[in-house]
Amino acid sequence: MSALPTSRTQLDVAAIRRDFPILSQTVNGKPLVYLDNAASSQRPRAVIDAISHYYEFDHANVHRGVHALSQRATDAYEGAREVVRRFIRARDTKEIIFTRGTTESVNLVAQSLLRPTLQPGDEILISALEHHANIVPWQLVCEQTGATLKVIPIDQRGVVDFAAFERLIGPQTKLLALAHVSNALGTVVPVADFIAVAKRHGVPVLLDGAQAIPHAAVDVQALGCDFYCFSGHKMLGPTGIGVLYGRRELLERMPPWQGGGDMILSVTFEKTEFNQLPWKFEAGTPHISGAVGLAAAIRYLEGIGMDRIAAYEQELLAYATERLSTVPGLRVIGTAPEKASVISFVLDNIHPHDIGTIVDSEGVAIRTGHHCAMPVMDFFAVPATARASLAFYNTFEEIDRLVAALEHTQRVLG
Amino acid sequence: MDLKDLYRDVIVDHNRHPRNFGKLEPADVHAQGHNPLCGDRLTLYANLDGDRISDIKFEGSGCAISVSSASLLTEAVKGKTRAEVQQLFEDVHALLTRHDANVDLAKLGKLAALSGVREFPARVKCASLCWHTLNAALESKSEPVTTE
Ligand SMILES: Cc1ncc(COP(=O)(O)O)c(C=O)c1O
Repeated sequence: MSALPTSRTQLDVAAIRRDFPILSQTVNGKPLVYLDNAASSQRPRAVIDAISHYYEFDHANVHRGVHALSQRATDAYEGAREVVRRFIRARDTKEIIFTRGTTESVNLVAQSLLRPTLQPGDEILISALEHHANIVPWQLVCEQTGATLKVIPIDQRGVVDFAAFERLIGPQTKLLALAHVSNALGTVVPVADFIAVAKRHGVPVLLDGAQAIPHAAVDVQALGCDFYCFSGHKMLGPTGIGVLYGRRELLERMPPWQGGGDMILSVTFEKTEFNQLPWKFEAGTPHISGAVGLAAAIRYLEGIGMDRIAAYEQELLAYATERLSTVPGLRVIGTAPEKASVISFVLDNIHPHDIGTIVDSEGVAIRTGHHCAMPVMDFFAVPATARASLAFYNTFEEIDRLVAALEHTQRVLG
Repeated sequence: MDLKDLYRDVIVDHNRHPRNFGKLEPADVHAQGHNPLCGDRLTLYANLDGDRISDIKFEGSGCAISVSSASLLTEAVKGKTRAEVQQLFEDVHALLTRHDANVDLAKLGKLAALSGVREFPARVKCASLCWHTLNAALESKSEPVTTE
């Protein structure tokens, strides 16, 4: 085995790994190598403990009771909103809506912002590398309103075609919805350039940040986007909780999309007065423990530092790309100049599902399939890919384990 | 869970050298199978001599399990009647999905090589796709008959 590089980023990865109880197990008799972080990351002890603590000591419903527990639960829930606001540098907690995840955040914007206003002839602009979560909600609203979905093409590297984008955007464009980072290809989309052009056209911009937020610091004000969507479970937090950041001016104008408790100020059978932001968009009892867990995840990430995480993951990415290139017959799908630590690949004559099963027998967890991005698979003319997605708790040794498992795969099926 | 139970020599061999691979032209019946989860796609073509499958071929792409299963299927059903194919389908289905299945492995011949698949639940669909596709092909032929 080649000499392992020494990291320049001074992350104490061994100590970090001890914070993640799930990582220290064996799978099929081998130490687990978890390289499926883009599908869902793992949780540090701090997150698990925060959720347990909440249920053991603080749980009650929020915004309702005058009793102590209700107050504590409300403080925990609203405190989590402030933690999120600070993390993404939003101006105001009113701009932080808790949702079930990225998918629900996108659907909220589709149904509340666009459905009441779109008309035939109007267009929604997305790119060809989107996750289904940033395709299908727009298709639904197009069907409901007669508007049209337009797609900015990508090139063979998996880079979104900026010149084509400039041709496609126009007065008919009512929203630009773009992934910040592609889950299938790893491409980091230079969203600032896209937002600048969209601004000139007066087109609001939604970013799908599901894959961006675990990997680098995000500043929604510096980006200048109108909406930013992400999921807790991809950034060390619980499943079932996510965020829609929206610029206040837009959110104020948008009608609620679900009705019920918590989103109202007063109800009579004649007229209901809606609550203010952000609660206007949070009908029903929210995922309180989810918000608590998400806040703990953010504190954990901040404790390490997003910039150090980003730097270390870039080292892992470079090492993995180099090591994988030594595997005969391996082709990386997605070679954009700027990438997050996600590597999709195919092997000559071996289907990704066989790769997935065989490397799993070596204890290595990767994702195989279409990654909820079937148009991307069609574009690259592959039925599926294998994907290794790296987090800051992964190591250079684990990348060697993946490479060895791939070589084993070729021996089994060769 | 042993990998060697899944990728038996017969499976690896039929994946590398699929039998009866290609298009049957003309074909009395054909059907397409698609497993959107994996991207596996295959097309089965068959000619019928009365109630009997006189010839069968397949084409498509997929994982080693789906390709070898289709290849094994074509060898197993050639010359068999619909009723015999139905019985085989049921036996293979039991073999793939049920630990308590009381299937006579000797009767299954080479298809018995698929018995390791049930230890890998995520892969059962890969092995059964071709059988569902064959059913669809045979039904497409019989449907007009039954409605007349
Ligand atoms: C880029 C991208 N967008 C959206 C989603 C959907 O996220 P969730 O399933 O958490 O709503 C994912 C996750 O799979 C993703 O990778």
